[in-house]
Amino acid sequence: MLEIVGARKTFHAGSVNEVRALAGVTVSIPPGSFTVVIGTNGSGKSTLLNAVAGSFLLDEGKVRLAGQDITHWPEHGRAALLGRVFQNPFTGTAPQLSIAENFALAARRGYTRGLGWAVNAGLRRQLGEVVAQLGMGLEDRLDTPIGTLSGGQRQALTLLMATWQKPQLLLLDEHTAALDPKSADQVVTLTEKIIARQQLTALMVTHSMQQAARFGDRLVMMHRGQIIEDFAADRKKRVRAEELLERFEELRRSELLDESAAEMLERCYV
Amino acid sequence: MSLLIGSLTLGFILALLALGVHISFYIFDFPDMTAEGSITLGAAVAAVLLAKGCHPLLATPAAFFVGGMAGAVTGIQAMKFKINKLLAGIMTMTALYSVNLRIMGRSNIPLMNEKTLVTEVESLSRRLLGTSTINLLHWEVSSRDVGQLALCPLLIALVALILYFFFRTNLGTAMRATGDNAQMIRAQGVDDGTMIILGLAVSNGLIALSGALLAQYQGFADVQMGIGMVVWGLASVIIGEALVGTRDLGYTITGAVMGSVLFRLLVAIALRWGMNPNDLKLTTALFVFLALITPKMIPYFKARLRRFAHA
Repeated sequence: MLEIVGARKTFHAGSVNEVRALAGVTVSIPPGSFTVVIGTNGSGKSTLLNAVAGSFLLDEGKVRLAGQDITHWPEHGRAALLGRVFQNPFTGTAPQLSIAENFALAARRGYTRGLGWAVNAGLRRQLGEVVAQLGMGLEDRLDTPIGTLSGGQRQALTLLMATWQKPQLLLLDEHTAALDPKSADQVVTLTEKIIARQQLTALMVTHSMQQAARFGDRLVMMHRGQIIEDFAADRKKRVRAEELLERFEELRRSELLDESAAEMLERCYV
Repeated sequence: MSLLIGSLTLGFILALLALGVHISFYIFDFPDMTAEGSITLGAAVAAVLLAKGCHPLLATPAAFFVGGMAGAVTGIQAMKFKINKLLAGIMTMTALYSVNLRIMGRSNIPLMNEKTLVTEVESLSRRLLGTSTINLLHWEVSSRDVGQLALCPLLIALVALILYFFFRTNLGTAMRATGDNAQMIRAQGVDDGTMIILGLAVSNGLIALSGALLAQYQGFADVQMGIGMVVWGLASVIIGEALVGTRDLGYTITGAVMGSVLFRLLVAIALRWGMNPNDLKLTTALFVFLALITPKMIPYFKARLRRFAHA
């Protein structure tokens, strides 16, 4: 269960580059929900995810996860509760370490790390089975540095790592945006499979209206740091990609109107 | 012959420096200047303890722990107080100059008359070999030199093995991943700041250990002995990389040790050929400069060559 209450965040406050990335976001995501977040560029959708992950601390507001107030927890502390997959397929893995070593790190997420052997026989056996399910032939290459693999392969492995220890919440930050269409499709299918099988609670940011319409049981639309639409249950099931695009077009037009109106007012009164 | 044996022994002793520099510069991508202070710190701590009559087997590891503390100080400055990494190291290095003088009480401590690892080895090898000189490939060499040359690789191999196994544990793997991808390791629930502090402690511990052995080998500890050590360590690591590549943890550790030994051999050859010892640091710096720019220059020259061939 994730609860965000009145979250506000302004970057570069007081400078010309000031960005109000989150302007009072309140949302709660019940256990087992797969929520998709969409929005225009700079709408704050990735910022919302990073606020949960702890990449920065909020200016105002609270974040509660799994019954704990994590508002002031550092990023590495929250990681015990979270699985994360990033937009950049190279962010989620350590390139010079082998596939097995990367998974050894993921297997200790939320536990202390002592002087026990990192890659042990048990892990290796389990890993071989899990990685074989990808159908990428990686089970025979567990000792190769993960940096030698393609973006799609690394993103698929990152997803497996993020869910190796069942997370309280899985955060997916446009995790297929940087992949070629075929790999993106593979990763999306894998995502759906893992979420269904492990009955995970997930929060996915996407730029793809097709993905937004197809996945999840709830759809949240963000604009200018706020949530402007919340499609749940039946409404989410009926929503189509074209509809979402129309809604964005509407937003764009209203924005144009706002600006020209402001200009007109300026001309008249200043 | 004794020049050869001497430079090999020195190469093995300074291999610990190379390992330390490898950990900070290459594994953690942290340009740590603390090394210049911590190698002297190790020498100072060991020398003072030995002069007080402490057993060498206690005085030598003590240097490791004190050096580790110096590394942690740099790490804390950089990670907890967000001070520029280079500056953090330079500040610790500068502070250590005073600390080392305080520890030693003067700028130089001779160890000629103390019981050190060297004298221990000397008496051991004399007992084992029976004579004070032995005939090695028709060369008369002192059994002390042979004993040292036999012991140093064993000691360094032991340290390198411990290091290798340490970096294969859960903690060690997390440390390696920190230098590789800090965002990744935070997402796996590890505080990257703590890992870097710990890593610098290990690195400077090894460097101080190198200093402790160096002081005993050369028979004195001097407050100036750390100058230029980072570049020496880097030269060794670069040679090691050229020898074994950067493939795997085991290779890179072995490479650093081999690089250090080869570097000392090259230095001995250069000195034998009549290079002015005063030019040693300049030459080393130039060598490191060339080694660092060559990989970048090769594609440039290849492109030039190709254009030339097409014209």
